[in-house]
Amino acid sequence: MSDRRVVITGVGVVAPGDSGREAFWSMISQGRTATRRITLFDPARFRSQIGAECNFDPQRCGLSYQEIRRMDRAGQFAVAAAREAVADSGIDIPNGDPSRVGVSVGNAVGNSILMEQEYRVISDNGRRWLVDAGYMVPHLYTVVVSSSIGAEVAYATDAEGPNAVITTGCCSGIDSVGHAFDLIREGCADVVVAGATDAPIYPISVACFDTLRASSTTNDDPEHACKPFDRNRNGLVLGEGSAMFVIEDAEHAARRGARVYCEILGFCARSNAYHMTGLRPDGREMADAITVALDQARVDPSDIDYVNAHGSGTKQNDRHETAAYRSSLGEHAYRVPVSSIKSMVGHSLGAIGSIEIAACALAIERDVVPPTANYETRDPECDLDYVPKTAREQKVDTVLSVGSGFGGFQSAIVLAAPGRAA
Amino acid sequence: MPHLNLDELKQVMLRCSGLPDQASVEGDITDVTFEDLGYDSLAVLEIASAMQRTYKIEISDESIETMVTPGAVLDFVNGALKAAA
Amino acid sequence: MNTPASRAVITGLGVVAPTGTDVEAHWQATLAGKSAIHHIDRFDTSGYPLKLFGDVRDFVATDHVPVRLVRETDLMTHLAFAATEQALADAGLDPATVPEFDLGVVTANSSGGAHFGQSELQKLYSEGPYAVGAYMSIAWFYAATTGQLSIRHGARGACGVIATEQAGGLDAFGQARRNLRKGGRAVLCGGTDASLTPYGLVAQLANGLLSQRDDPLRAYLPFDADASGYVSGEGGAIMVVEDADAARARGVDRFLAEVAGYAATFDPRQQTRREPGLRRAIELALADAQVRPQDVDVVFADGYGVPRLDLVEAQALMRTFGERGAPVTVPKTMTGRLYAGGAPLDVATAVLAMRDSVIPPTVNVTSLAPGCRIDLVRDEPREAQLRTVLVAARGHGGFNAALVLTHP
Repeated sequence: MSDRRVVITGVGVVAPGDSGREAFWSMISQGRTATRRITLFDPARFRSQIGAECNFDPQRCGLSYQEIRRMDRAGQFAVAAAREAVADSGIDIPNGDPSRVGVSVGNAVGNSILMEQEYRVISDNGRRWLVDAGYMVPHLYTVVVSSSIGAEVAYATDAEGPNAVITTGCCSGIDSVGHAFDLIREGCADVVVAGATDAPIYPISVACFDTLRASSTTNDDPEHACKPFDRNRNGLVLGEGSAMFVIEDAEHAARRGARVYCEILGFCARSNAYHMTGLRPDGREMADAITVALDQARVDPSDIDYVNAHGSGTKQNDRHETAAYRSSLGEHAYRVPVSSIKSMVGHSLGAIGSIEIAACALAIERDVVPPTANYETRDPECDLDYVPKTAREQKVDTVLSVGSGFGGFQSAIVLAAPGRAA
Repeated sequence: MPHLNLDELKQVMLRCSGLPDQASVEGDITDVTFEDLGYDSLAVLEIASAMQRTYKIEISDESIETMVTPGAVLDFVNGALKAAA
Repeated sequence: MNTPASRAVITGLGVVAPTGTDVEAHWQATLAGKSAIHHIDRFDTSGYPLKLFGDVRDFVATDHVPVRLVRETDLMTHLAFAATEQALADAGLDPATVPEFDLGVVTANSSGGAHFGQSELQKLYSEGPYAVGAYMSIAWFYAATTGQLSIRHGARGACGVIATEQAGGLDAFGQARRNLRKGGRAVLCGGTDASLTPYGLVAQLANGLLSQRDDPLRAYLPFDADASGYVSGEGGAIMVVEDADAARARGVDRFLAEVAGYAATFDPRQQTRREPGLRRAIELALADAQVRPQDVDVVFADGYGVPRLDLVEAQALMRTFGERGAPVTVPKTMTGRLYAGGAPLDVATAVLAMRDSVIPPTVNVTSLAPGCRIDLVRDEPREAQLRTVLVAARGHGGFNAALVLTHP
């Protein structure tokens, strides 16, 4: 690996609530939540009826009729966010060197809405195991392979370098940015359009989380349902959306006078090798991911200004994660503000890691720490400063963001303000 | 009034765990923990799900947490069936 | 960017493929030119124009997967469990002896756990939400195999899953090598695929690239004048890839192959009418391995079997190596394209080829298409000393990847 430095020069977001980077920031910095009763389908027969949905108008976001027809919601989000990021960065890919522009898109559940909708048609609503090929749509193959999402981002941005869909469950959104970081440092790309997307708010995924009893059942008060780290937390709220970035070699960015949101200083992925969904309370592997990422970043725990948590709002996660912070950050765990924006935008599985990185980049740019909404009652097992309800203006130069996902994945990434000494 | 006995519960357990593995549920396992029997948290959720569907009863999250042995499942299910009768 | 301090080597192979449920069975069948493409008998195909598939036969999941896990995982994961067992035994590696956080898993995945997915969807819509099982969330999703392998073998290092359709199997090796450079010692690397369900088959039908012929000998003919599309299959391979120094330190004195070079590209948009990115991926991989085209002893081609895509590959090979400039082979003519398992199986087969100094054949191709002026090794294996092998793979939509393996 070389000494190349890697920066973020463009940010695009399609988040729950209104679309666009500024609408996203406005919502989370004001502590407003987008968790509501699900409208994308009728949730009456489901245990958890809450979701954080995007008010997404694909045409207003620049998608063509054909893109809208052939792409699942997840792909549409990614393309819209990628276009916003590219415009934000000012980079001209087609007239530069497209072969040096890669793509890295995180995603967990593929094109699951379309997969499910098309299944209902060809199976005659589940009556036929031998599905009816006569009702197959021409783009059905690109529905079942999640690689198509990476392809669509390349079509939309003219990127011709290394392209991958990174699909490590709920860590996909951090891992895809980590992958971009590695590609640039390895020297096989100068720019990577990177981020993540997911759109799981549909019966099959909601039913899965119902059976696992991992999602919140506060159906009578959806706006306040997701309560990360709170003693009365009762589960996650499914979200959807995408955040995409232009990630660039620092010199390449400087040569074209690009505005830099932040630098990526360190990234580490680990696995707990314990259970596909369960977590041991000590958070060891997450702690190691944090420690290695900080080492790579040459950042001492005491230098961290903000920790953007995984904070899904389940009993086990928040306890696991708090333990990981205590062991990896030592005393500083008690001083640093730690917040979970899932309290506001829900848990969008493969997308959330990138949406959280977007929050971190904006936090660094604007020196504001977003809050943990709905936090009211202290849990003795979660005894850190979780920035209850109200955003905090403060210097934000160095940020740690972490993720944890089904399959045991544990990841950490360190971001810093441009010009912060390495 | 429907009633769940240990043998029936064993059949559900085997179905939830996959192919027949009779040896693992032989004998009086009423008070052996699911953990000792090799059933993890997901397996217990599957068993609870099956109980809900078959007996049309509600099992709350708190109740699941008490289901650490087959005996606890029998007690809960039969109690719910009795209450519904 | 291979520096002497960070060489990635393959130390163990595991294969579960249509051609055989272990390495030697697969290799013997491959050398014998024995095709494993059959008429689909897993379900009634009378309603579908696709009749053929490279299926894995004589595979009993419970021989390789703990009984409890069989129901919690899809066939794609069962196949990977079996292949991983073989690879670890072949490498003589006990995962428990690898220092904490130094063992990782990287797999490619393409369409998730097809059978699990269709079954659970059917339960959802025929019975209701409460019928969806507790395992759906972890059995169908693309990360399932990596997650389960990591738990099974205590792999707590960096783990990854890459979805780039058939290119993914090579991208997985690229990532494994990258992870070793960043400090790991060993990676369980590869991929397996299992797409044969009615929904899976109809989804593939939609891409318009599969052959609808009925004759297993005439359906999948890469580079042939009579090519009509490809046939798909299931299975794949898992390998143990290690940092060379770490492998030596634990007593391995003979490596199977080195992962010497890797590159990936994405095609320019069709409207630009510019050359697709496969040739560039090949050239970058060769440069990465610091080898010249004339050093390459054989190319394991992607072999799409779709005429316009065959022509693209043939042109890439011709421009890089010269017309008939390097031997080319497509042993996947015996198995079909295995999506996430396809390129890993090619890598395993390439390693065996290097070991035994023999190029396995391409079968059923009788007459090369006019533009495909390549030296395709057909029907019979060809003896040759193989020091440098190129493996090429393309994924649906424009993904290209190339891997250079060298004899240790």
